[in-house]
Amino acid sequence: MTQDRRSLLKTAAAAALLPGLGAGLAAMPRPARAQPTTLKIGVLNDQSGVYREVSGPTSTACVRQAIQDSGIAAKGVTVEVVQADHQNKADVGSTIVRQWIDRDGVDVIVDVPNSAVALAVNGIVREKNKVYLNSTGGTTELTGRQCSPNTVHWTYDTYMLARSTGGAMVKTGADSWFFITADYAFGHDLERNTTGFIQAAGGKVLGSVRHPLQSTDFSSYLLQAQQSRAKVIGLANAGTDTINSVKQAAEFGVTRRGTKIAVLLMFINDVHSLGLKAAQGLVCTESFYWDLNDRTRAFTERVRGSLAGNYPAMSHAGCYASVLHYLKAVADMGAPAAKASGTDVVARMKAMPTDDDAFGKGRIREDGRKLHPAYLFEVKTPEESRGPWDYYKLLQTTEAEEAFRPLAEGSCPLVRS
Amino acid sequence: MFEDLLFQLELGLPQVVLGLVNGAFYALLSLGLAVIFGMLNVINFAHGAQFMMGAFVAWMLLNWFGIGYWPALILSPLIVGAFGVLLEKTMISRLYKLDHLYGLLLTFGLALIIEGIFRNEFGSSGLPYSPPASLAGPPVDLGFMFLPKYRLWVVAAALVLSLATWLVIEKTRLGAYLRAATENAALVQAFGVNVPRMVTLTYAAGVALAAFAGVLAAPIYSVNPQMGSNLIIVVFAVVVIGGMGSILGSVLTGFGLGLVEGLTKVFYPEASSTVIFVIMAIVLLARPAGLFGRA
Repeated sequence: MTQDRRSLLKTAAAAALLPGLGAGLAAMPRPARAQPTTLKIGVLNDQSGVYREVSGPTSTACVRQAIQDSGIAAKGVTVEVVQADHQNKADVGSTIVRQWIDRDGVDVIVDVPNSAVALAVNGIVREKNKVYLNSTGGTTELTGRQCSPNTVHWTYDTYMLARSTGGAMVKTGADSWFFITADYAFGHDLERNTTGFIQAAGGKVLGSVRHPLQSTDFSSYLLQAQQSRAKVIGLANAGTDTINSVKQAAEFGVTRRGTKIAVLLMFINDVHSLGLKAAQGLVCTESFYWDLNDRTRAFTERVRGSLAGNYPAMSHAGCYASVLHYLKAVADMGAPAAKASGTDVVARMKAMPTDDDAFGKGRIREDGRKLHPAYLFEVKTPEESRGPWDYYKLLQTTEAEEAFRPLAEGSCPLVRS
Repeated sequence: MFEDLLFQLELGLPQVVLGLVNGAFYALLSLGLAVIFGMLNVINFAHGAQFMMGAFVAWMLLNWFGIGYWPALILSPLIVGAFGVLLEKTMISRLYKLDHLYGLLLTFGLALIIEGIFRNEFGSSGLPYSPPASLAGPPVDLGFMFLPKYRLWVVAAALVLSLATWLVIEKTRLGAYLRAATENAALVQAFGVNVPRMVTLTYAAGVALAAFAGVLAAPIYSVNPQMGSNLIIVVFAVVVIGGMGSILGSVLTGFGLGLVEGLTKVFYPEASSTVIFVIMAIVLLARPAGLFGRA
């Protein structure tokens, strides 16, 4: 009798789980029979939440563009793309990645915004010896203590943002700062790192105020920042908090009186959703801008048709460039060998210099860090802008070798001292 | 000592004003909630989503039809209010005879669905919406601070609307019918008043108030699908503190708590999102029916 009840419970539990599984799998094509010449790329990101615009479907379109540009099909290798929504939950992301690798034969995981999910995926991909090309995650842990021989961290990290926005801005004369900081680990880290670079460059920080996550009204903090008479108000927050801060700063005329606002984490899509009227004069760092040079414009022109009105941010460009470089390494070593070992492919990727339209020439360091310049941009005024998405003018460039945390400071176990 | 006090005052006074501006939003939103709860006994968890719809409809009117802020301030509440009629007729009206909990669950589910649809359609990073030209100019000098004209308008509009709502419900014949219907619907119906229609229109009016607040918020807060859910929890606390269903209570508490929150942002900003809930806990312990509620 007990036995019966137990099996009944099991069936009920399994039945309850099924609809959830079904929904997760609906987005994926049926598993292909393992053929040595078919590679499978899984784009894992936020398709429905706060990071949708900076990752989401645009990342997948950029990955498809990379496959097309690589010309790998002509070499007899087919590449399939699957995508899924991790809903910014580490457990959801982990489950998807395990299913992808164990059952569907996925070889590469791409994109993965949100540091918590990014780190969870890092562990699984290493355990399964596949390849992990992170573009939209920001945590320096990926190339620090938790660095992995299966991981390449392509686009940016919090160190790069702090160094470029903090250090390079002081060089332009903006040497006194006040921080409006989100009151959790991410905000504190960003404020602390940026403070370090400001002081190293000879600037000073006059004060800071910490606001709870997901605040609606920032006028009070902006007023406190103004009363400090700092030349720069640094926003160490993200997403809606940043957008609300910027919108209200424009309303209170903060920038009209010469104060600069530096946003420590912003993508061009955020500028788009703010509108130039509110965003003009903001300063931020990205490692890619579509209108930077002929090559970035050419890349954007190629991919634009499949973006449904969106434009690529650095995060999207990173998906493109990392997959392109991965496919070059695959072509170099042969698809069967690449499929057999993720570590081998990543080692080959590190050995080959990188060159693509989005980031130009560069290389991948032994801790998995991709090196390229960081650009400090100022958002144009509505009068300066010549059309839609013409948003940035370049203020400063931090060269590739200086832009990221020095190899020795990361405590990555892969680095032999 | 005196200088110190003066400095504190200089720091504090602008925050008092800003607190009142936020209080205006709390008051408007909790007003709608109080009307719906007081008259219909429904805890309208979709209020935040309807606030968001108000802002989005204003955006649509501007970008799709070229209709500016001022007409939108009237049109958007009407459109969202009509949507409220639809919700009330098809779903909410079926739950009046059941426990509060069912209404709460239904409206919460509706809120999630509405937000999901908007997120799918418009993404989550928000849409731009500028203040109207007549209120955009440089901030007004109040002597101790610069305040954008738009914020002054928000406070004025919220005060007028709160007062008007209170007058309608407490001082007019329609209000008397409404209050009577809450006490004994069958009896009021027996006098020839169409109670179901009145209830539907009351729900629509509460929803329209939320949409009006949404249009007011569009130029200063980020217009995104989550904008309502960030506010609604605080607003519920305001309603609970004021006394569920008390119109005057929710308006006064709205402004009062905006003030308290504003001051907390200067002296201990980390606590600014919790201070309202601390007050709520204390009020519930001391007066379970809320400050202005009838036990």
